[in-house]
Amino acid sequence: MTDTDKTPLLEVRDLHVEFHTRDGVVKAVNGVNYSVDSGETLAVLGESGSGKSVTAQAVMGILDMPPGKIPQGEILYRGKDMLTMSAEERRKLRGAKIAMIFQDALSSLNPVLTVGYQLGEMFRVHRGMSKKDAKAKSVELMDRVRIPAAKARVDDYPHQFSGGMRQRIMIAMALALEPDLIIADEPTTALDVTVQAQVMDLLAELQRESHMGLILITHDLGVVADVADKIAVMYAGRIVEQAPVHDIYKRPAHPYTRGLLDSIPRLDQKGQELYAIKGLPPNLLHIPAGCAFNPRCPMATDLCRTDVPVLADAGAGRRSACHHWKEQLDA
Amino acid sequence: MPEPILQVRDLVKHFPLTQGILFQKQVGAVRAVDGVSFDLYPGETLGIVGESGCGKSTVAKLLMRLETPTSGQILYKGEDISKLSGRALKAVRRNIQMVFQDPYTSLNPRMTVGDIIGEPFDIHPEVAPKGSRRAKVQELLDVVGLNPEYINRYPHQFSGGQRQRIGIARGLALRPEIIICDEPVSALDVSVQAQVVNLMERLQGEFGLSYVFIAHDLSVVRHISDRVGVMYLGRMAELGTDTEIYDHPTHPYTQALLSAVPVPDPEAREGRERILLQGDVPSPADPPSGCRFRTRCWKAVERCATETPVLAVPKRFAGTGEGAAHLSACHFAEEKDVVHTAA
Amino acid sequence: MPDVLQKNPENTAAAPAAAAPEKARSLWGDAVATLLRSPVFLISGLLILLLLTVAFWPGLFTSMSPYDCDLAHSRQGSAPGHPFGFDVQGCDVYARTLYGAKASVEVGVFVTAGVFLLGGLLGMLAGFFGGWWDSLLSRITDIFFGIPIVLGGLVILSVIKANTVWPVIGFMIAFGWPPIARVARGSVITVKQQDFVQAAKALGAGNGRIMLRHIVPNAVAPVIVVSTIALGTYISLEATLSFLGVGLQPPTVSWGQDISTAAAQYRNAPHMLLWPAGALSLTVLSFIMLGEAVRGALDPKQR
Repeated sequence: MTDTDKTPLLEVRDLHVEFHTRDGVVKAVNGVNYSVDSGETLAVLGESGSGKSVTAQAVMGILDMPPGKIPQGEILYRGKDMLTMSAEERRKLRGAKIAMIFQDALSSLNPVLTVGYQLGEMFRVHRGMSKKDAKAKSVELMDRVRIPAAKARVDDYPHQFSGGMRQRIMIAMALALEPDLIIADEPTTALDVTVQAQVMDLLAELQRESHMGLILITHDLGVVADVADKIAVMYAGRIVEQAPVHDIYKRPAHPYTRGLLDSIPRLDQKGQELYAIKGLPPNLLHIPAGCAFNPRCPMATDLCRTDVPVLADAGAGRRSACHHWKEQLDA
Repeated sequence: MPEPILQVRDLVKHFPLTQGILFQKQVGAVRAVDGVSFDLYPGETLGIVGESGCGKSTVAKLLMRLETPTSGQILYKGEDISKLSGRALKAVRRNIQMVFQDPYTSLNPRMTVGDIIGEPFDIHPEVAPKGSRRAKVQELLDVVGLNPEYINRYPHQFSGGQRQRIGIARGLALRPEIIICDEPVSALDVSVQAQVVNLMERLQGEFGLSYVFIAHDLSVVRHISDRVGVMYLGRMAELGTDTEIYDHPTHPYTQALLSAVPVPDPEAREGRERILLQGDVPSPADPPSGCRFRTRCWKAVERCATETPVLAVPKRFAGTGEGAAHLSACHFAEEKDVVHTAA
Repeated sequence: MPDVLQKNPENTAAAPAAAAPEKARSLWGDAVATLLRSPVFLISGLLILLLLTVAFWPGLFTSMSPYDCDLAHSRQGSAPGHPFGFDVQGCDVYARTLYGAKASVEVGVFVTAGVFLLGGLLGMLAGFFGGWWDSLLSRITDIFFGIPIVLGGLVILSVIKANTVWPVIGFMIAFGWPPIARVARGSVITVKQQDFVQAAKALGAGNGRIMLRHIVPNAVAPVIVVSTIALGTYISLEATLSFLGVGLQPPTVSWGQDISTAAAQYRNAPHMLLWPAGALSLTVLSFIMLGEAVRGALDPKQR
């Protein structure tokens, strides 16, 4: 194995993102570290305001700046820091090497252009293909994401497709230039369960086929369980726990993860009263001192109210940002 | 069994599709709800699940009389409220209230929390004498777990979960017997969702409420419901107790729906069968003949296109006392457990 | 059902997110706070304040009368005591410019108030009730959009001539309400579909309460914005009509009439045109700036 093989496909190091607003500085991301390799799926799990989407936008380079600001951190694509690249270099990576899928497929597609045209645009602009070749490629892509009768539907407009089909078109678009990394931000949240399953399956399959890296951003613990290799749980702009997928569901090493798992009702059995994490998610203008989770944590001690726990090794490939991870593991 | 508090009979709502500028003529209809019947008993929770476009939210609006049914009956304690208007309807509204899905649009942003929760008393002044209203509002805030001192704040100063509590307090103000909940927790984060679900369960016990709980999240519905109805394209596909529906589903659509739910436990889902449905839900403006589900059903035969299956206990299960002996609208109803791992 | 509500044992959500002291902040209050921080609002507000003072108390700024004319001074340039010079009739341009503000402000304010009330009311009823009433109103507004307003003014005001500002105001309201009604209608339809309106209906609220408590407060902002911006254009429309000779008539002093007479003399006495035209432009600009500032404050999405 040579040195270059050890460089992860994407590595985020100590990333900080803040937003300057009228009411003060919103600290959305406060030192996030994660990495993804080719062929690997990292799920970033968090509730609204946890900073999961902002981190992805920073990686993609689509953060609105201002009001956004990245005061600190590195985003390394194959070892090269994207934050210090020229705008031109960065633009070349976007779409071609790193592609993104959004939650809302309807608003991500232009309603007055046919889907064939929009798919073909990728090839015409980036690859300089002729109109005819681009269209043929579009049909091929639509076949690849299993849109039935692709040849007949290539000239249809976005509104003529159902929600699930539109999300497939978005996936096709992301795949068009054969990127190394796909970032999917809540790709199935807007879809019905039966369609959700189809789209997730498709995404996982395509990823296996082309050996891409996949960052899956979601709030849904169920979706993650199906496809991810490893999971990073975010809270108040930090990763609080990172572990291989099986371990995290069996024995979480952070009380927040434990709380999340316990608070979802089960489909296969009728439960008692649900466990509810007390209190509210933190206000990002005033993140509590020490561990951000301490006001809601059943295990909090004085240490938690003063010292910020770092994301440290908790054995067997898992990392936890909790002073009491040992007790949590044994609980 | 006690008398049902609410009986819904053959409820139909068609939204006309019209053309024309000044003089409009009808060119068709969206059959949002097309013959739905069920009962609601005092103190129980009836869950209604289904995917988008199945008509479950329209059912909520019809029960609330925010829409007028095209035909059918809604009997509240034996009285048909589907055609009431004016004073008689207003009187019924005291007993049937609603909690909305979106905590951001369901509260008037220009009113204080006190005015929002106090509005029911302004509309029905006989419920609370003027002098006692502030105290009543503060009591309600406390009951739903909010600080009574927040009475003068505006909705935008609260988080989503807190706003949903305000919506619940408003629904509770008139001490209704029935609360229609239209996706009350689907806009909330997981950790907050559990708080609100627990709150709703506590209030049900405390005030003896009956809930119609409409949602697309099958796990939440199982957790909170005593009985569950599964809707597809404007019709009820299957109706039974939570155990009957989740552990002994007999309608193919219910089975597909349940099998598709992602389970947050990698071990539980290994070995689970997944039924992947083909195609999309047909348009409610032009639904298939016979059984609505036949275009996506793996069991469909010619009979399904010609003969509409009625919602009834399948003959071969009737009277057996088995889990499969519940209402199902399928010619080929057959039990299949898709939720539990084959041991 | 228990009659006394039990005290909630675990007041879970009562714990504030962060112990940040927070007062009740209404959306209107927020809007005012935003306005007070906006330099555009402060500048335009100051100019408008000055304009209003001039309009209602022109005597504070000059002791001369706009009717005190001496033909001997006809078209003369600036002289001691007469900084802006004289017009054709030998009247003081400074005094006429100051006194002319009154007509402009009156027309602007009354027309705006009129179209706001009439257009707002009709638009709200159309949006709220829908159906044939809405179709009828929409077609009527279409008809009005088809008539060029200056042409309408030429025809109608040349028939009813009077030496007060009221016929002009009346005409402008009659022709000015449709765009406002259209905005109001759209705004009401948007608000009507929101859940809090459904919630009020579900509580048994009548139409009056729903409109006044729920719809109007939430739908009025865009109507205010459009009306404020339109105020400037009404002032310039009045000037246009007066310039064409069908607007305000002597002895009412107005910038439009003065611009009209000055235009013919532009080559040999440009000062006659400069001052009333400058005052008119500045006034119109101030109101449009004010409208933009109000829009910024009432519609946070634009920020």
